[in-house]
Amino acid sequence: LPIPLLSLQIFINNEWHESTSGKKFPTYNPSTLEKICDIEEGDKPDVDNAVEAAKAAFQRGAPWRQMDALSRGRLLHKLADLLERDRVILATLETMDTGKPFLQAYFIDLEGCIKTLRYYAGWADKIQGRTIPVDENFVCFTRHEPMGVCGAITPWNFPLLMLVWKMAPALCCGNTLVIKPAEQTPLTSLYIGSLIKEVGFPPGVVNIVPGYGPTAGAAISTHHSIDKIAFTGSTKVGKLIKEAASKSNLKRVTLELGGKNPCIVCADADLDLAVECAHQGVFFNQGQCCTAASRVFVEEQIYPEFVKRSVEYAKKRLVGDPFDARTEQGPQIDQKQFDKILELIESGKKEGAKLECGGLAIEDRGLFIKPTVFSEVTDNMRIAKEEIFGPVQPIMKFKSIEEVIRRANSTEYGLTAAVFTKNLDRALMLASALQSGTVWINCYNALYAQAPFGGFKMSGNGRELGEYALAEYTEVKTVTIKLSQKSP
Amino acid sequence: MKKQGSDSNPAPVLPALPEPLKDLKIKYTKIFINNEWHDSVSGKKFEVFNPANEEKICEVEEGDKADVDKAVKAARKAFELGSPWRTMDASERGRLLNKLADLVERDRLILATMEAIDGGKLFSTAYLMDLGACIKTLRYCGGWADKIHGRTVPMDGNFFTFTRHEPIGVCGQIIPWNFPLVMFIWKIAPALCCGNTVVVKPAEQTPLTALYMGSLIKEAGFPPGVVNIVPGFGPTAGAAISHHMDVDKVAFTGSTEVGKLIKEAAGKSNLKRVTLELGGKSPNIIFADADLDTAVEFAHIGLFYHQGQCCIAGSRIFVEEPIYDEFVRRSIERAKNYTLGNPLLPGVQQGPQIDKEQFQKILELIESGKKEGAKLECGGGPWGDKGYFIQPTVFSNVTDDMRIAKEEIFGPVQQIMKFKTIDEVIKRANNTTYGLAAAVFTKDIDKALMFAAALQAGTVWVNCYSAMSAQCPFGGFKMSGNGREM
Repeated sequence: LPIPLLSLQIFINNEWHESTSGKKFPTYNPSTLEKICDIEEGDKPDVDNAVEAAKAAFQRGAPWRQMDALSRGRLLHKLADLLERDRVILATLETMDTGKPFLQAYFIDLEGCIKTLRYYAGWADKIQGRTIPVDENFVCFTRHEPMGVCGAITPWNFPLLMLVWKMAPALCCGNTLVIKPAEQTPLTSLYIGSLIKEVGFPPGVVNIVPGYGPTAGAAISTHHSIDKIAFTGSTKVGKLIKEAASKSNLKRVTLELGGKNPCIVCADADLDLAVECAHQGVFFNQGQCCTAASRVFVEEQIYPEFVKRSVEYAKKRLVGDPFDARTEQGPQIDQKQFDKILELIESGKKEGAKLECGGLAIEDRGLFIKPTVFSEVTDNMRIAKEEIFGPVQPIMKFKSIEEVIRRANSTEYGLTAAVFTKNLDRALMLASALQSGTVWINCYNALYAQAPFGGFKMSGNGRELGEYALAEYTEVKTVTIKLSQKSP
Repeated sequence: MKKQGSDSNPAPVLPALPEPLKDLKIKYTKIFINNEWHDSVSGKKFEVFNPANEEKICEVEEGDKADVDKAVKAARKAFELGSPWRTMDASERGRLLNKLADLVERDRLILATMEAIDGGKLFSTAYLMDLGACIKTLRYCGGWADKIHGRTVPMDGNFFTFTRHEPIGVCGQIIPWNFPLVMFIWKIAPALCCGNTVVVKPAEQTPLTALYMGSLIKEAGFPPGVVNIVPGFGPTAGAAISHHMDVDKVAFTGSTEVGKLIKEAAGKSNLKRVTLELGGKSPNIIFADADLDTAVEFAHIGLFYHQGQCCIAGSRIFVEEPIYDEFVRRSIERAKNYTLGNPLLPGVQQGPQIDKEQFQKILELIESGKKEGAKLECGGGPWGDKGYFIQPTVFSNVTDDMRIAKEEIFGPVQQIMKFKTIDEVIKRANNTTYGLAAAVFTKDIDKALMFAAALQAGTVWVNCYSAMSAQCPFGGFKMSGNGREM
């Protein structure tokens, strides 16, 4: 790959290393199905080395611990500057590795990364404890200390963005990191290693170990010297991680998992807005979003018109080469996901949903699936219950608000929800009633660094973004000092 | 001339200590669900003992999975949108908590007597300290109820964004036997304050005060199903809670070993949120420039309080070399001539350990201390022919590799070790997988604040020990826990 600064090795102590085992693994371009390159494959010994480095960088008296908080913030700002400088390179790498349309990688993924870094850069010197009016003659205050060595396991749907969502608050609060990017999409994470070094983060503060879940990932979640783990991925793996954290050393855990997110369109909604938002909400990123609007509930009166307009949108959606500026939808990430989506589409047909458009793969070669719309979907169908993670929009009908609240909440997931209505009372009532970490009103996927994001129920534990992420990366210490007499 | 300060800031006034109730009748021995008393589904009961004389106090209905299921159903219903509890004003929730505090105050004597008999706790301690803390914690959380604020967030783009801090839902709470009532209140108070409903499993050794609280909760006017109490054992009722698919959060205080099982169960079942308050091997660091009398006294109480059965016990005392011998001498003086006996009687300074299992574990660790070469300064064995009493024991010349320096003893056994330099003692103090509390005694401000930063502990005390209050957050670094209480 003729890209400057991109090293395909393991990043520890600001240096590039071969894997201890000597093994490498390939990464593919899902649009062309061709291998892009081979990457050093990290496993337990490499994770151990990374953790040692991260631990040393976190020692009392180490440069990272002695650094003023303001300087930590400045380093994060500089990193944002370098991302801006290398924006085209990173967007290109992300597109090659994930198949997402280049313009989306450039304008959405990279934008989110830069803004999130700058947001947390600003927090670095504002991590405040409290003074506490305790009974009797004591001075009592809390310190919000960094937790220590944080493991971060990131997914393949937004590789760089999901990494920055973890890296930014972790570094802002003074922690050190050991990162394992998804094996399908390691390139942008490795590139950021070189930027970390260029910016001037001390060695050992950020370490990156590419590899697989059951090996490198498991080594992180079971590690006795990792103080906290943050994971974004499937609910199934999230459970294994929390279990491993418990069995090992009770490391603190935050999880961002799956969703089966309800999108509720009331009869008084702005119909064009609702159709467009619901469409982008489910089809964005090839349907590969934890926030995908994969259960669209439409009030009876406007149902036929809503379906008609949604089908028009879906039919217009341009699927093709992600480097083509006109493309809106690229390929799915790999064969496994592709097969799973087609299987769920078949189940929709079999279980009696009405296939309005799409419903099959696009060509014999490649991982492209036609934007698919199902109507007459009922709650017991697999496409209404299971996370599809593909370009499939199930549309269902509802009569009353009470009914739709009950149906919307009737899932173990609870990541996001959306409501389309002009009625203030209804909007605010639904905002309270929906069991979701985020409720969007008259919009979709409005995600910004300032607003906390995370799941109710089995969509996750804890929150990313906003001020709330700081609590996930700090450990509270209470200091109580006795005075000889009580002072007010 | 009167000092201006002395009138406006009086010393804390403790109530006068009454006599414990004679012939305390145990009225509440059943499972509390929906403000009603239920027999166990299985029909089984279990026995509750007085550790001071090993005699049976009474029998209590034994809850198991089926009873937990009933309780969770009731708690879920009470949490439904539109229910009385969900539609209640936040301020009203606060008023109910204050009312509960009033009732605890009214029945202070009953509860203190019961806690002393069931838990082997000194009556004076139960009445003044435990009950005092319960009342204060209820009032503290009562005050927060209508101050659970979300935020408005200046998000990019043309959006209006705000956060809501909603109750989590049905909270399972598993309570230990060392401070049964205080730990019960530490869990239900913040949970109810925030609008959750709870299913509580008190320790099988000490269920009585929790069950009594059921009657007060009903009397205070909490709607049915908001608080449910299922006495029973860990592997049955406790596990049913931690594995339950309809419990949204589990809070546990107890051993690190069981804490790990609970978090694992949470991960395996439904990813319920977890907070844990676990064990400790807390370092207490005494510098040569400390006020020696104060340090000796705090180190003593910091270890021996409640027969050493505290998660925060200062069980590794590091004394700076120059004052080591004198410190050991004074500590022995303090620990000798203790009156052990019936914790209800005035003049008794130490009660029994909670049960046979703990009793044997502590004696085994004392033996290891002797075997591994620590110097036994006083105590070192059991006391009396009935009840689980152990003599206050002091070991000096303890080194870091001994079992008594590494393992949590949870008994009246004090370890005193020597140190030379600051860097050395910081390293040794932090050299443990625990991280609950720590203390430093020094008059030097630089040293004090440096240790406050360097010690890996959730609470650091300076020139005191065990100073806890409802306002201060409490919890562990590392394997001493996840999350904070208070």
